[in-house]
Amino acid sequence: MINELLFMNGYAVYVLSAFSFTLLSFLGLYLVTKMQFVKEQNKFVAKFGLLTTDQANTAKSQRINKEILANVTNN
Amino acid sequence: MFKLFEPNKIFKITSKAPKYVLFLFIVVLTVGLVEALIISPEDYKQSDAVRIMYVHVPAAWISIGIFSSITLLSICGFVFRNKNFFLISKSLAPSGFVFNIIALVTGSIWGKPTWGTWWAWDARITSMLILALFYAMYLIVWRIYDKEEKVYKISTFITILGIINVPIIKYSVDWWNTLHQPASINIFSKSSIHSSMLYPLLIMTAAFALFSLLIFLMKYNTELIKIKNKGLDRL
Repeated sequence: MINELLFMNGYAVYVLSAFSFTLLSFLGLYLVTKMQFVKEQNKFVAKFGLLTTDQANTAKSQRINKEILANVTNN
Repeated sequence: MFKLFEPNKIFKITSKAPKYVLFLFIVVLTVGLVEALIISPEDYKQSDAVRIMYVHVPAAWISIGIFSSITLLSICGFVFRNKNFFLISKSLAPSGFVFNIIALVTGSIWGKPTWGTWWAWDARITSMLILALFYAMYLIVWRIYDKEEKVYKISTFITILGIINVPIIKYSVDWWNTLHQPASINIFSKSSIHSSMLYPLLIMTAAFALFSLLIFLMKYNTELIKIKNKGLDRL
C-alpha cells in the first residue's frame, strides 16, 4: 500500500507536490498570523505596564482589555 | 442587532475559539487526507492525478466564497456605517488570498499531467488570476493608507469591481470553450461526480473552511488588540 501511495501510477510527483504546497501554505499562513497576534499582544502588555494606577484602572474598566490581559496570563 | 456582535462583547468568544477550531481542523483534515490520498478511487481517465482535485477545488470554492463575503460585508459597512464589517472583511482577506494562490498553483500542477502544460490562458484560469490581483489590491490598500475613511472607500470600490469577476469565473466554462470541464457538482440538479469522490471532496472542503475560520479568528483578534493598543496611547 505504501508503494502504491508513493508511486500513484506515476502521478505521485504531481499529487504529492500539490498536497505539500497546500499544507506548507497553511503552515506558513498560520505561523505568520500567530506571530502577528503574539506581537500585538506583547505590545499591549508592555504599554499596559507603563500606565499609572489610575490609567490602568480606567483601561481595566473595559471588558476587552481585561480579556486580553487574562489571555496573556493563561497562555 | 449589530450591538450583539460588537467587538467588545464577542472578544471573549473569538479569543477562546481558535484553539477549538484548530483541534477540529486537524481532525477533519486528517480524515480528509486519508480519504483523498488512500481511500478514494482513481479516475478511469486521469488515474491518480485526479487526487489533486481534493485540494484544488475546495481552495477555489473558498477563495471565491471569501471574496463574495468581503464584498457583501464592505457594502454593509457603508450602508450601516459600522466599522466592524470592515474589520471582519480585512480579517477574511489573507486566507482568501492564500486559497486563491493554492487554487492557481495546484491547478497548474494538475494541468501538466492532464493537459500537457503548466499554464494556459484559459478563461477559468485567467479569471482566477484576475481574482488574485483583486485580492492583492485589497490587501495592499489596507497597508498603504492610514486614513480609515479612505481605506473603507477604496477597498469597497475594489471589492465591487472584483465581484463582477466572480460570475465570470463560475460561468467561464459554459460561456467559452475552455480546457476546464463544466461543473460536476450542482446544488440544484444531480451531480455527475460519484459519491466515492464527492465525500472526500466535501470533507476536504470542510477542513479548508475550518482553516479559513481559524485564520479569520486569529486575524480578527489581532486587529482588535491593535485598536486597543491605540486606545492605551490615548489614555
